[in-house]
Amino acid sequence: MGDHGPAKGLSRWLFTTNHKDIGTLYLWFSFAMFLVGGIFALVIRAELFEPGLQIVQPEFFNQMTTMHGLVMVFGAVMPAFVGLANWLVPMMIGAPDMALPRMNNWSFWILPFAFFMMLSSLFVEGGAPNFGWTFYAPLSTTYAPPSVTFFIFAVHIMGASSIMGSINIIATIMNLRAPGMTYMKMPLFVWTWFITAYLLIAVMPVLAGVVTMMLMDIHFGTSFFSAAGGGDPVLFQHIFWFFGHPEVYIMILPAFGIVSQIIPTFSRKPLFGYDSMVYATASIAFLSFIVWAHHMFTVGMPIAGELFFMWATMLIAVPTGVKVFNWVTTMFRGSISFETPMLFSIAFVILFTIGGFSGLMLAIAPADFQYHDTYFVVAHFHYVLVPGAIFGIMAAVYYWLPKWCGNMYDETLGKTHFWLSFVGLNVTFFPMHFVGLAGMPRRIPDYALQFADFNQIASVGAFLFGASQVFFMFIVIKTIMGGKKATDQVWESAEGLEWTIPSPAPYHTFTTPPEVK
Amino acid sequence: MRGALAPKSCALVGAGLLLGSAAAVAEPAERWGLNMTQGVTEISRGIYDLHMLIFWICVVIGILVFGVMFYSMYKYRHSRGVKPATFHESTSVEIAWTVIPAIILIAMGIPASSMLMEMYDDAEDAELSVLVTGYQWKWKYEYMDEGVSYFSNMRTSRDEINNIEPKGEHYLLEVDNPLVIPTHTKVRFLITANDVIHAWWVPAFAVKQDAIPGFINTAWTIVEEEGVYRGQCAELCGRDHGFMPIVVNAVEKSEYNSWLGARQAEAAELAQLIKQEQSFDDLMSAGRDVYNKQCVVCHGANGEGGVGNAIAGSPIATGAMDQHLSVMVNGVAGTAMQAFGAQLNEIELAAVVTYSRNSWGNNMGDSIQPVDVYNFKQAN
Amino acid sequence: MSSSNSNSDYEHYYVPDSSKLPIFASLFLFITVYGAATLFNNMSGMPATFQGDWVHWILILGFVGFSWVLYVWFSTTIRENLQGLPSAQLKRSYVMGMLWFIFSEVMFFFAFFGALFYVRNLAGPWLGGEGDKAITNLLWQGFQYDWPMMVTPQQAAEASGGQITAITNEFSGPDKHMAFPGFGAMFGWLPLWNTIILLTSSGTVHIAHHALKEGNKQKMKLWLGITVLLGIIFVFLQAYEYYEAYEHYGLTLNAGIYGSTFFMLTGFHGFHVCIGAFMLLVMWLRATQRDHFTPEDHFGFEAASWYWHFVDVVWVGLVFFVYIF
Ligand code: HEA
Ligand code: HEA
Ligand code: HEC
Ligand code: CUA
Ligand SMILES: [Cu+2]
Repeated sequence: MGDHGPAKGLSRWLFTTNHKDIGTLYLWFSFAMFLVGGIFALVIRAELFEPGLQIVQPEFFNQMTTMHGLVMVFGAVMPAFVGLANWLVPMMIGAPDMALPRMNNWSFWILPFAFFMMLSSLFVEGGAPNFGWTFYAPLSTTYAPPSVTFFIFAVHIMGASSIMGSINIIATIMNLRAPGMTYMKMPLFVWTWFITAYLLIAVMPVLAGVVTMMLMDIHFGTSFFSAAGGGDPVLFQHIFWFFGHPEVYIMILPAFGIVSQIIPTFSRKPLFGYDSMVYATASIAFLSFIVWAHHMFTVGMPIAGELFFMWATMLIAVPTGVKVFNWVTTMFRGSISFETPMLFSIAFVILFTIGGFSGLMLAIAPADFQYHDTYFVVAHFHYVLVPGAIFGIMAAVYYWLPKWCGNMYDETLGKTHFWLSFVGLNVTFFPMHFVGLAGMPRRIPDYALQFADFNQIASVGAFLFGASQVFFMFIVIKTIMGGKKATDQVWESAEGLEWTIPSPAPYHTFTTPPEVK
Repeated sequence: MRGALAPKSCALVGAGLLLGSAAAVAEPAERWGLNMTQGVTEISRGIYDLHMLIFWICVVIGILVFGVMFYSMYKYRHSRGVKPATFHESTSVEIAWTVIPAIILIAMGIPASSMLMEMYDDAEDAELSVLVTGYQWKWKYEYMDEGVSYFSNMRTSRDEINNIEPKGEHYLLEVDNPLVIPTHTKVRFLITANDVIHAWWVPAFAVKQDAIPGFINTAWTIVEEEGVYRGQCAELCGRDHGFMPIVVNAVEKSEYNSWLGARQAEAAELAQLIKQEQSFDDLMSAGRDVYNKQCVVCHGANGEGGVGNAIAGSPIATGAMDQHLSVMVNGVAGTAMQAFGAQLNEIELAAVVTYSRNSWGNNMGDSIQPVDVYNFKQAN
Repeated sequence: MSSSNSNSDYEHYYVPDSSKLPIFASLFLFITVYGAATLFNNMSGMPATFQGDWVHWILILGFVGFSWVLYVWFSTTIRENLQGLPSAQLKRSYVMGMLWFIFSEVMFFFAFFGALFYVRNLAGPWLGGEGDKAITNLLWQGFQYDWPMMVTPQQAAEASGGQITAITNEFSGPDKHMAFPGFGAMFGWLPLWNTIILLTSSGTVHIAHHALKEGNKQKMKLWLGITVLLGIIFVFLQAYEYYEAYEHYGLTLNAGIYGSTFFMLTGFHGFHVCIGAFMLLVMWLRATQRDHFTPEDHFGFEAASWYWHFVDVVWVGLVFFVYIF
């Protein structure tokens, strides 16, 4: 072993133990899911183009909303980050591969099966899950379609995949760092993933637990979520959000890491406040465990709970602010150029912050009584997820793609993609703030007349944004097929071990660990 | 592309966005329906003020942060040939931008907390208590001490929804029986649900409270202006979640009292009517009306089924009368088939049962009288 | 922590060749859960793609296949280990893998304990008319909160003849519960014996571990064997307790929230005991039949024993929060 290249054909991908192959698999899988989830979103937006029911019936609309949320969260964003971790973590810390390579491939291959199981329920009697990605009981238990059982087991194995993936990442980071690569020298992407992996191991089992309770309530007569037997539907929400809130940070922390790699490169200046970045990430992770009930301000919690969760949630703005200030200060007095990854990163900082501001508004419990379950919330989380998580991923792809495939992408095309996405996204999601404040509830297939104009704008934006992602796929494929050869360094002032190896990165790297000063 | 153009256009769009949002949500906003309503209660105005306060604080922070950013992007752009500095930490600055946001947050949190405590008054001194129960997909209002209770369904027709008829002014936000409450009176809502979770939301009162099956949440309001206030169910509750609006009629106390009196008289009258014999044809035509209003959504226009089982040819609807009645009165536990015993009066129940047994190919030829339904209800 | 490792460690970090194991593991895992879901839907009379009295075979096929893959997988790992392929560093990866896996299991139980605490301290009292949401009792007139909950809200409300809503199923409380019967009747109380057995087994596995480290293989096999036996006895007693619960206590999964939490917590624990005992049994076989372990290198054994200690700790939690308090 060690010196030979990849196997040929399909068996390369089925049987591989190579972190780069597995990273590639994750990334393509994630992109496919992004398109699938995106198509669902486009169905939603098409239906909401005008008041009245035009294309789909309410039953199906609810399935679209649910599957859109689930596919985007579990199918697009999470696997994309795991894919990036697979590619980058070993190369960044000077490791020969992931710590447990066979298990690594297993983590990946569970996912296609899990999503097959979940998506195929669109075609079965009773339809796909239709109870929202948050699947509140009893809508998801007593009143659920039969496909709920398949959904539950899909979540189980997806969770197993995430847990194994995270264990692998933690073991790699703790155990496989090259000599001299101390913790406080690790690139921030590695740090953020390190912390994300802890979050995953801590909360995925809780998700598994809550879906198991659902399974028992549905098929075996338990009464966890039924008051008649002494349980409580709200219990479901507490457990779900104990998972769910850390989950949303799982979807943003790796993106924080990515941006923290890219901004210094294109500002030609070291990252400002490395240490405080690490501490801020850890604080965010810690706080994420004690804020879950901010999703439940209107369930009728006792006031002590409301106050506690409000204050704890607001507190998260402090470490997040530290990060934003650090990025801005990194740019301050740098020497900034605006290649595509940098454009995505700058947009990330701006638009994520806007999403963070609306998050802070939601955190104000009394005001949340008006915001909750309206499009204002939808606007909030798309601002943190689309220009947050998705832009982070795209920035990463543009930034490291030359290293992966050895070719430079076409800068003009990349910038065009950026501007189309940037405009499309804001046209889609900004108006949602307005309709939300004006009182439009979320998860409805039809709406009152006063919301019509902004919904129309949003729908147009969604199709623009969607189309530009097809363009993105084109750019990526074009780059892989050929183009200007990338240098090993790729970006003049990029730092880190991954830039010391050739482009494209050889199949096996760092079989002998480098010495880090 | 590289260089000067990018930062400038980026800066422009960014600044435009920010100003756009600020301007959009300011004064004219209300007219355009862009912003949160100020509402008609002290609480709703308080929340509106809080919302605007936080909003403006965020705008100011945003302008500062993005300002520095755009300045750097412009001033320190590579294409101007600037040499980068090399500094990468400063403890004092970092402490400052940890502490200052924390102080700002405390400044936000204090008014928010006191607002919350005001809302959480348990309103036991209220003059009027209404038990609000969410059903898939309608609301039930029960005036707890007045002995009045009724259901409130959306009134917008399916044809409007399906774009066959033009949409009315209050499309999707109109109901058959609105909740009626007196103004300047403390009204307490006890909110619960019968099947899944719903949420009772009237933006103008800033009351939004989840309706949890098996649990009761409370909320209260004192409405200051007469008017018709509209809201919607705010928790995904299944297929017709988008079609269970809330309408509240806030009227003067005296008007409320006469409305209440009329309602009570109606109830008494109904009690009389139940005792009267109904002809088969009357039952059939009344039954058709009830069916088309209440049942058609789940059982289809021709009894062919949908969410619910088919009624045409159903073993229940063509089986023993008692069992049929029992399904109607008690519902089928754990399914969407509700206990209509509480939702329909005896006449309506008798009518719809008769109609179901004699339509779409079902021809039992029998009928049932309201008084039998009444006796059945008493016995069970 | 191990912030800098010596260079020689890295030379041998073993990256296995491509392998068919993962894809088959995924396939059979998928068949297993698909089979389980199909079976459950059939059982509850809910539609599924496959219907009929044969559907349990999907589950069996998946399970057998999955077990087979795991068998081959572990055999491969052991073989590689015997060939000396893994470096000390790779072994550290295994150690970390196992520890974090156990942590994830802890969090799984945390969800169920959390549910128990929530019901006992918040939801239960509210339903019974105490605490912040006491008004809820309007819906369940006649219901008084007590733990173990012998009468469900539904039963109480039906008994008091009030109008009831939000009924999803028939839940009626047990006739008898499993809680601590007081010091007088303590010795007839099965959980006490179960506790003694499980705590002892934690001790015996510890002795075995020490014996192994001292190189005393005979002693190790003996004590490991005893541990496995204790584990099996525990499982039998637990099964007997369930039998009693169903036959004589009226305590079932349907017996309201007390039954739900009781069976889910003890059930998942029992399931983990089975896994742990099975792992120890395999280690015992490896030790007696194959002589796999050396005083320096016996990670498989260690991992199984950690798991066993973890199962033990969960039991202590159960004894306190499910049985006693
Ligand atoms: C990537 C995912 C992500 C991220 C990062 C966040 C970040 C935050 N979220 Fe968000 N959120 C979601 C994803 C995310 N959220 C999702 C998916 C939902 C909906 C789920 C559903 O119901 O379907 C949701 C819903 C949601 C709610 C529930 C709303 C409701 O349903 O009623 C709340 C309420 O508190 C909230 C708050 C916050 C806060 C306070 C942050 C903070 O972390 C933000 C912190 C950042 C900043 C504040 C900006 C930068 C800071 C500065 C520049 C410093 C100075 C600033 C100040 C002092 C103000 N979020
Ligand atoms: C990371 C997560 C993520 C991402 C990226 C997105 C992306 C998008 N979301 Fe998402 N959304 C969620 C997470 C996400 N969403 C969640 C969690 C919910 C809550 C669900 C719930 O309520 O339960 C939600 C809910 C939600 C709603 C509210 C639905 C409702 O309440 O009923 C809407 C409405 O407009 C919406 C719109 C969009 C749009 C237009 C995009 C766009 O960004 C999508 C971009 C489009 C594409 C990428 C399509 C590209 C493909 C083509 C153009 C076709 C070409 C085809 C081939 C080549 C085969 N989303
Ligand atoms: C919200 C949905 C919904 C509404 C509204 C509804 N039903 Fe049903 N109904 C159902 C469901 C679901 C079932 C099947 C219950 C089951 O699984 O046994 C059902 C079953 C029935 C049955 C028994 C049929 C059989 O053969 O099992 C009858 C009769 C019936 N409904 C009559 C009515 C009438 C009359 C009305 C109107 C007054 C009505 N239903 C309104 C959902 C509904
Ligand atoms: Cu009722 Cu939504
Ligand atoms: Cu959250």
